[in-house]
Amino acid sequence: MEKEKLVDLYRQMVRVRQFETKVSELFAQGKIPGFVHLYIGEEATAVGACANLRPDDYITSTHRGHGHCLAKGGDMKLMMAELFGKKTGYCKGKGGSMHIADMDVGILGANGIVGGGLGIAPGAGLSAKLRGTDQVTACFFGDGASNQTTFHEGINIASIWRLPVIFICENNQYGISLHQSKHQRVADVADRAVAYGIPGVVVDGNDVMAVYEAVGEAVKRARAGEGPTLIEAKTYRWHGHFEGDPTVYRSEKELAEWKERCPILRFGKHLVEMGVATEQELDTIKAEVDNEVEEAVRFAEESPLPVPEEALEDIYA
Amino acid sequence: MRQLSYSEAIREALRLEMRRDSNVFILGEDVGQFGGCFGVTGDLWKEFGEDRVRDTPISETAIIGTAVGAAVTGMRPVAEIMFCDFLTVCMDQLVNQAAKMRYMFGGKAVVPLTVRTPVGGGISAAAQHSQSLEAWFTHVPGLKVVMPSTAADAKGLLTAAIRDDNPVMFFEHKLLYPVKGDVPEGEYVIPLGQADVKREGSDVTVIATSIMVNRALEAAEALAAEGISLEVIDPRTLVPLDEETILASVEKTGRVVIAHEAVTRSGFGAEIAAIIAEKALDYLDAPIKRVGSKPAPIPFSGVLEQFVLPGSQDIIAAVKELV
Ligand SMILES: Cc1ncc(C[n+]2csc(CCOP(=O)(O)OP(=O)(O)O)c2C)c(N)n1
Ligand SMILES: [Mg+2]
Repeated sequence: MEKEKLVDLYRQMVRVRQFETKVSELFAQGKIPGFVHLYIGEEATAVGACANLRPDDYITSTHRGHGHCLAKGGDMKLMMAELFGKKTGYCKGKGGSMHIADMDVGILGANGIVGGGLGIAPGAGLSAKLRGTDQVTACFFGDGASNQTTFHEGINIASIWRLPVIFICENNQYGISLHQSKHQRVADVADRAVAYGIPGVVVDGNDVMAVYEAVGEAVKRARAGEGPTLIEAKTYRWHGHFEGDPTVYRSEKELAEWKERCPILRFGKHLVEMGVATEQELDTIKAEVDNEVEEAVRFAEESPLPVPEEALEDIYA
Repeated sequence: MRQLSYSEAIREALRLEMRRDSNVFILGEDVGQFGGCFGVTGDLWKEFGEDRVRDTPISETAIIGTAVGAAVTGMRPVAEIMFCDFLTVCMDQLVNQAAKMRYMFGGKAVVPLTVRTPVGGGISAAAQHSQSLEAWFTHVPGLKVVMPSTAADAKGLLTAAIRDDNPVMFFEHKLLYPVKGDVPEGEYVIPLGQADVKREGSDVTVIATSIMVNRALEAAEALAAEGISLEVIDPRTLVPLDEETILASVEKTGRVVIAHEAVTRSGFGAEIAAIIAEKALDYLDAPIKRVGSKPAPIPFSGVLEQFVLPGSQDIIAAVKELV
């Protein structure tokens, strides 16, 4: 991979990290209402996966969607304004964190319903197939979502119709408080691919290159008309399920171990060791991203609130 | 009397029923150690253990399906669905299975199942976490539908729901969870199908459900200062519905406002209005007014959300059109 692309993977992960860190602060200050579910710790998965996608490819996202949105080319300012409930936000203040979407860059929405995207993604895949394009759809979902009916029904229909869909399970070990070992008998969600006659791949979700390569293979298959792949990225969320979650269900030790495996530190170190970038260059990226985030916050803060009556617009086409 | 919050009152009903009947058990997402998304099941898992306070996978169909299967074979499950919006995921098990089993089997099955779930907006949780979907279930013969507005009612009605031999949908309001009220200690049962007159009055009858009961009481207080007297009636259970109490009040006042947080269009208020029109038209001195959410999904931003949701000022405005 060329140097610029490698450095861009790093930058994208930093963008997600800094954005989420700022959102956490703003939420604590009461500036962002509602529920927010942060992606901190899982950055390599969205970034590695989306680096394979074109602007006209699709993704379906989840309640933990900020990382997917940024990685797929979403506009940070419009995201932040939406989190503030402002008129200038992605959804004009109607959606909030759980419903950010950008139809122009193929982001078919975050989702408040666990497993919701597993229903929609095969449809986007079918549409591409019927329209005769080679667009693919990446469907992100959690380990918890893999126990919903839509997991079975969605992957099954995608497999029989050989739809160009990449099912990406972000196994961060928990569905809210329930550890994976208590919500399913298999250790690897990817094992379930056997049931649909499609490839199942386990990948280190904290290794951006590993994710990039695994999803790259699956995208190639999908574009070639060979059908879907189920990829499981093993990762971990550092924050609570939602901001404010006291996380009584997990140990400090477990969290500390995962923090050791920080996807950004790891990849940064790798870039420096390979001579792709210097520490200073990485620091510059962080500073630039800090500015970008500050800009986004300023934009959000300065934007107007919607007018109440706008609540009755956009209901029907 | 001792005060409990609405959620504590619900927990007390669960605790007492679980002590009284070993067939009663709880299942749902994060109801165990985590204590429930809104903290309602709290520490019950400590007293009753993981077998009787069962954490489930994120599988609403399996939660309700399992509950139906257990209920029809002798258990008395209380299933929690984290937000009522997620009932959409398990509609078959509720509507085609639980509701109809007894009837389809010629009266030979009993399905003593309770489904607890929160409704309502007001916390910027947006369109998929803020709905009030109770009316859907009133349309399905075989289901009972309960909607308490106070801590005491929540305790008494949940106890009755758990003891009932039918599937009962028990709708809680998320903004009511922290609200405290007097709650009787020990066993306390309110039979399903009894409305409660929350405030007596003479000029206008306000029939309100769930959190709109509080809004109606606020409106009553404000209007009393202007010399307008509201009678506030809380049906408490929508199915079975206590028509008698409602009609008696209409006879007294001749003017009716019906208020619920659900979207006005095809909300349960339409049913109540129709009953009044059919059975009490002669008592009416003015058209029936309905207050509910405007016909939009619940938006995220506070300014939009407050515009869509009904409040006490909407009740006041409706009353003023009648007097
Ligand atoms: C149908 C449905 N059920 C339950 C919920 C509540 N809920 C929101 S996120 C979540 C956990 C999801 O776990 P997972 O799929 O592993 O994603 P993660 O949060 O770990 O990223 C739950 C239970 C929901 N939003 N939708
Ligand atoms: Mg998870």
